[in-house]
Amino acid sequence: MISVTNANKRYGTFQALDDVSLEIPAGTLTALLGPSGSGKSTLLRAIAGLEDLDSGSVVIAGQDVTHVPPQRRGIGFVFQHYAAFKHMTVRDNVAFGLTIRKRPKAEISKRVDELLEVVGLAGFQHRYPAQLSGGQRQRMALARALAVDPQVLLLDEPFGALDAKVRDDLRRWLRRLHDEVHVTTVLVTHDQEEALDVADRIAVLNAGRIEQVGSPDELYEQPANPFVMSFLGSVSRLNGEVARPHDLRIERDQQRAAAEAQRTGVHVTEAVVERLVRLGFEVRVELSHTTHAGEQFFAQLTRAQAAELQLAIGDHVYVLPTRTLPTEEEFPALAV
Amino acid sequence: MTLDTTTAKGAANRAAPVAASGDGAKRRPPPLLRSASAGRVSGLTLGVVVLWLSLIVLLPLAALTVTSFSDGWSGFWAAVTAPVALAALWTTILVSAVVAVLNVVVGTLIAWVLVRDEFWGKRFVDALIDLPFALPTIVASIVLLSLYGPNSPIGVELNATRWGLIVALAFVTLPFVVRSVQPVLIEVDRDVEQAAASLGASNWTIFRRVVLPTLAPAIISGGGLAFARAIGEYGSVVLIGGNIPRETQVASQYIQQQIEIDRPVNAAAVSVALLAISFATLLILRFFASRGQEREEKAT
Repeated sequence: MISVTNANKRYGTFQALDDVSLEIPAGTLTALLGPSGSGKSTLLRAIAGLEDLDSGSVVIAGQDVTHVPPQRRGIGFVFQHYAAFKHMTVRDNVAFGLTIRKRPKAEISKRVDELLEVVGLAGFQHRYPAQLSGGQRQRMALARALAVDPQVLLLDEPFGALDAKVRDDLRRWLRRLHDEVHVTTVLVTHDQEEALDVADRIAVLNAGRIEQVGSPDELYEQPANPFVMSFLGSVSRLNGEVARPHDLRIERDQQRAAAEAQRTGVHVTEAVVERLVRLGFEVRVELSHTTHAGEQFFAQLTRAQAAELQLAIGDHVYVLPTRTLPTEEEFPALAV
Repeated sequence: MTLDTTTAKGAANRAAPVAASGDGAKRRPPPLLRSASAGRVSGLTLGVVVLWLSLIVLLPLAALTVTSFSDGWSGFWAAVTAPVALAALWTTILVSAVVAVLNVVVGTLIAWVLVRDEFWGKRFVDALIDLPFALPTIVASIVLLSLYGPNSPIGVELNATRWGLIVALAFVTLPFVVRSVQPVLIEVDRDVEQAAASLGASNWTIFRRVVLPTLAPAIISGGGLAFARAIGEYGSVVLIGGNIPRETQVASQYIQQQIEIDRPVNAAAVSVALLAISFATLLILRFFASRGQEREEKAT
């Protein structure tokens, strides 16, 4: 378990961490999610000991490590840009931590083989990092971090430098790896999709503060404030309600819409179809309010739903939410 | 390779215009008109380069070599192996090697401090490093003599000792290692050092196993250039060295002396020996550089 208590860090006039306290349960995969400058990386680096806190403490597995250098914190750290030892082969990179611990050669060799197998680089031992693709380099970096059996694994935007396809694969692979290895893992990301996809728990940071901590579902369904709500996914503002774009229902018939709205106790929003975008399996319908002219929102439909409605640009439709989020005015009451 | 062939063609065209126009009637209009004219231009540039290098470097060297062998191989050998000549060469190599090693250590340290540390007056120190490049070497000699010469204000008299030579040469060659290591060090990825730290490496281990291998090519080339420069240095050692045969006389001073006593063959022979040493040093440097490059190319 990792606990950070009342952490503060300031760079000149910029408050990177503002009295942050966070508990990370053992064995979980926690994502620190936030926009750039939110302090997520600073928090991760403070846990690693790569950044000294101005005040506050860091405890890893019951040991106060606030003033312990990174070398003795029992961590594994993975950097966005791999931080590979370029002059060493893949094998020597992975073996580095064990070599400097002066473990017996046979043991190192066995452990490195195991890890290269786990990360799928078994045939690449004698290559140099520059001969690997970005995804392979990052897997090597992960194997290198895992080689020393860290108590916690810290990943700083590990997939940030990779292209979309590789990022997706690696993300899924990391999740599987975590399910096998069970090492307490903290992942920093600015990509809400990545956080929702891979993490057990998410801590949302903004402007050096933690906005909300919870499971992906909790955060998505019950955001604690407008920031978390809009950061975790798109939001469509209707007449009197706020909803996720995929929680919208579109009707062509005014009576049916009104009846349904009355049954569920929501408002009906009249809108005009501005644009239809097909994104794989989903169809994104861009709409504009007829009442407050010009204001736009969008709905996500499945292809089947879209086909049934036979929407065309310029169509007049009635939109109602099937599930709503709190509106901005309702948040203060909910705030923790 | 392709450049060579086109330039060669261009040169040939220029050299034999009659022949070219002679069979021009039989030839179809050249499809590669553009590249042919480009070849002619680079042929001209190549000509200028060759001419310049010949006048400035190759022909004088050839003339020197011819002079050094004017008494035949045995004459050359006798001149180089004359005890005083040999001692001068040996002193030169020994002192230069010490200076190169000194530079490798201190130069790397200075580069490190200039890149990694912040301190008051850093820009001044940074500018100071280049001073030995700008200063006439004889001035360096006088400067050092005033501090380490007879009646030294700090009580350290190094004139007419090998230590004096070392100090003078260290002064003159100071910028080489610093200036070759500095840019590489600036580019070093700090994440890599932090990664090593997170894996448990101590600062010394990080330096030795992670940073040093990255800097090694720059250090070697800087050290090599310092060595090559020290081998041929004259101005800075002429006053402080004392020119004592078999002790502090360096090869360049020996050459000067042989010229003065009208033994041009001896002077030329020792010069050729110096030339061979410098050339060998540069070849070794090239070997290291190309090996590093090869590794990088293999890597990418």
